[in-house]
Amino acid sequence: MAGINKSKVKSPMPVQEPQVRAGNFNEVALGYTAETAVDEARRCLNCKDSPCVKGCPVNIPIPEFIGKIKESDFEGAYQVISRSSALPAVCGRVCPQESQCECECVRGKKGDAVGIGRLERFAADWHNQHNTEKPVRPHSNGKRVAVVGSGPSGLTCAGDLARKGYQVTVFEALHTAGGVLVYGIPEFRLPKAIVQKEVDNLKDLGVDIETNMIIGKTLTVDELFEEGYDAVFIGSGAGLPSFMGIPGESYKGVYSANEFLTRSNLMKAYKDQPDTPIMKGGRVAVTGGGNVAMDAARTALRLGADKVYIVYRRSMEELPARKEEVEHAMEEGIEFRLLCNPIEILGYENPQDKKDPKNGFVTGMKCIEMELGEPDDSGRRRPVPIPGSEFLLEVDTVVISIGTSPNPLIKSTTEGLEVNRRGGFVVEESTGATTRKGVYAGGDAVTGSATVISAMGAGKTAARAIDEYLKKLEH
Amino acid sequence: MYKVVRKVCLNPSVTMMDIEAPFVAAKAEPGQFIILRVDEEGERIPLTIAGYDREKGTVKIIFQIVGATTQKLNHREEGDYIQDFAGPLGTATHVEGLEKVCIVGGGVGCAIALPITQKLHAMGCEVTSIIGFRSKDLLILEDEFQAASDHLIVMTDDGSYGRQGNVCIPLEEMFANGETFDQVITIGPLIMMKFVVEAVRPTKIPCVVSMNPIMIDGTGMCGGCRLTLDQDGRKVTKFACVDGPDFNGYEVDFEEAVSRGSMYREFERHAYEETCNLYRKEVR
Repeated sequence: MAGINKSKVKSPMPVQEPQVRAGNFNEVALGYTAETAVDEARRCLNCKDSPCVKGCPVNIPIPEFIGKIKESDFEGAYQVISRSSALPAVCGRVCPQESQCECECVRGKKGDAVGIGRLERFAADWHNQHNTEKPVRPHSNGKRVAVVGSGPSGLTCAGDLARKGYQVTVFEALHTAGGVLVYGIPEFRLPKAIVQKEVDNLKDLGVDIETNMIIGKTLTVDELFEEGYDAVFIGSGAGLPSFMGIPGESYKGVYSANEFLTRSNLMKAYKDQPDTPIMKGGRVAVTGGGNVAMDAARTALRLGADKVYIVYRRSMEELPARKEEVEHAMEEGIEFRLLCNPIEILGYENPQDKKDPKNGFVTGMKCIEMELGEPDDSGRRRPVPIPGSEFLLEVDTVVISIGTSPNPLIKSTTEGLEVNRRGGFVVEESTGATTRKGVYAGGDAVTGSATVISAMGAGKTAARAIDEYLKKLEH
Repeated sequence: MYKVVRKVCLNPSVTMMDIEAPFVAAKAEPGQFIILRVDEEGERIPLTIAGYDREKGTVKIIFQIVGATTQKLNHREEGDYIQDFAGPLGTATHVEGLEKVCIVGGGVGCAIALPITQKLHAMGCEVTSIIGFRSKDLLILEDEFQAASDHLIVMTDDGSYGRQGNVCIPLEEMFANGETFDQVITIGPLIMMKFVVEAVRPTKIPCVVSMNPIMIDGTGMCGGCRLTLDQDGRKVTKFACVDGPDFNGYEVDFEEAVSRGSMYREFERHAYEETCNLYRKEVR
C-alpha cells in the first residue's frame, strides 16, 4: 500500500443525491469507505514542517494520524487525534478545514489539498463503530472545576481537565447537553447521535453533566466557588439574536435563526406530530449569509417549503458561509438573492375583520438591490442601495440570521467580570483568564458568533491555563 | 426528573402543584418564572412561579388547562415525575420602597399575583387587591388574598359572586374618589392588562404588567418572546425572558403581543384535541 497517491483531486465524498436529501433530515455527507480513506491518506506528503498543524486551532498532529490511516491502523489514527481533540467526529464534519488545516496543505498548491477533515471524520466514525472499550478514568487529583455550558468550548475544556484528573461538572441550561451542536446545527449536517456519543465519552471519563442548571440564575458563579469548585470556565455561548430593526419584524412568521433552528433541532418540530410547533411549507426568506443562514434555509426546505431564498446584502465573494455549505444549498434548489437588502416585512391586515385568522401573518418582504462601493473598516466593499430598485419578495416566513450578542445572564449576576462594548467577556487571549480570579471564559461568550473549532480552541487554552493556575495555587 | 409532591384542583380547569426542585426553590422570587417539560418529547413551556417553600425545596405552580401540554401536566399525579423543571428565570418584581400598592389580578393570573401580594404585605406595605373571574366556579385563592390584603375586592363578570363587572370598575371608582397608590401591578389576560393600563394612565401612577409570551429556551437565546416597547416615541425590542417578564405597562404594545400570542392557535387547538382523544382512549 506504500507510495504516494499522485492524484491532484481530493477523493470525492459520497453524498445523498440533492433531490433526495432535500426531503429528509438524514446526514448529507455519507463518509469515506476504508478503501477511499487509505487512498486519500496516501496523498499526504508527510511534510517535515507540517504546515497543516499550524492551521489547526487545536494543533492535531495531522500527518501522524494520516500516517496511521495509510497503515490501515484506523483505531491508532483516532487515538492520535483524540490526544488533541475532544470532539473528532464533530470537527471532521463542521470545521471550516478549507480556511484552516487544508489551506496550509502543500498539495493544495497544485490541485486539491489532502481531505484532512474527511479523514478525521473517517477515523472518528470508525472508532465509534468498532471500539467497545470505555476510556480509562484518570486517577482523581481531588480538585473540582465547574464548566458553564455544554457546547464545543465547554465540552473540550471539560474533557481536557478530566483527562488531567480534575473532577469536572458541566452545567447546562437546556434539557440536553451539546449546546449549539444540538440546538443549532441541524441533523443533516451533524447527526445528534454523534454529539450524544461525544457527551457519553466525557461521562465515561468521569465528567458530571447537570442539565436544567442556568448559571447566573439557578446558581451564580460566586455560589459555584462556595460549593467548593476551585475554578470556573464559562462557555455560555451565543445569546440574544440580533434583529434588523426594520418595520414588520414582529409579524407572525418572523423568526430569529436561533428560534427557527431550536424549534426544529432541539425540539424536533420536524417530526410529523411534534409537541412543539413550527411554520412549515410555503415560501421562506432567510436573511444573512453565514453558516447559520445556510442551516436555516436548508432546514426550511426539508420542512417542506415550496421555495427558499437566501437574501444577502453583499455578493457571493463576501458570503461568509463555508463554500461546501453554499454549494450544497444551491444543489438543493435554494435561490440566492445576492446584493439585496430587506427594508420592510409586510403582514396581512384585514381592517374589516379584526378576527380574520390571517391577520398579522407575513405576506412578503420588501427589498432593495445593492451595489458594492468603497471598502469599509472590515476591508470588504460596502454595499450601498441602488435608488429606486425596491421590489417585493412574496414570502410566508422570514428567518433573520444576522448574528447574536453574548448571553447577558452571567455578567448581570457576577461582580467583577468585565465585558467589552459588545457584551463579550474580557479575557487574556493566551489563557482565557477573565478579570475575576479563577474564572476563565471562551467561545461565543467571548468572541460573539464564531466557529465550533475556535470555541474548542478556546476551551483547550483555558483548560491548560486552569491546570497551571490550580497547580500554582497548591504551592 | 422532578417529583410532584402535592396536587390540588382549584377549579375544573385550574390546577396547583408543588414540584420538588430545591435549586429553584432556593432562589425563586415573586415575578420570576420556570420552564418545564412534562416528558421526553414534550415542548418547553414557561409558567410564572406561584409560590415556593425554601425549606421543603418545593416550587408552586398554578396552571390553566388550555392546551396539550397543560393537559398532559394535569395527568401527572402526586408522586409522579415531570421531565424538566428549570429556573428561576426572569427578573423578580421590584418591591423596594413601595408603601401602598394596588394589585389587579385576572383569572389564573391571580395565581402569579399572589406571591407578590404576600411579599408586599409581609414587608408592611398597604395592599389593595382586586381579583376578577368569569364566574363563581372559576374563583381561586380568595382566602389567600384575604389574608395578604388590607382591602380585597372580588369581581365576577356574571355577578355570581362578589361584585359584577370587570376589574377596572372598582379601580376607576377609587381613582374618582381621589385614591392613589405608589404602584399598580396587574397580572392576567393581555386584554385585561391593556384595559387596566388605560384605566391607570390618567393618574400617572406607575403601572407594571407581567407578560407571558411564547418562549422556548427562556434563557435569552431564541428571541421568540420579544415584544415592542414604545419609549418616548422610540420603538424598542425587548425579550420577556431576560428583560421581563415585568414591564412598564404604559410602554407595551399590547396589540402586537396579542397577535404574536396567537401564532400557533391552529396548531394548539389541533394538538389539544389530539391529546383529549388520547386520554379518552386510555380511559376506555
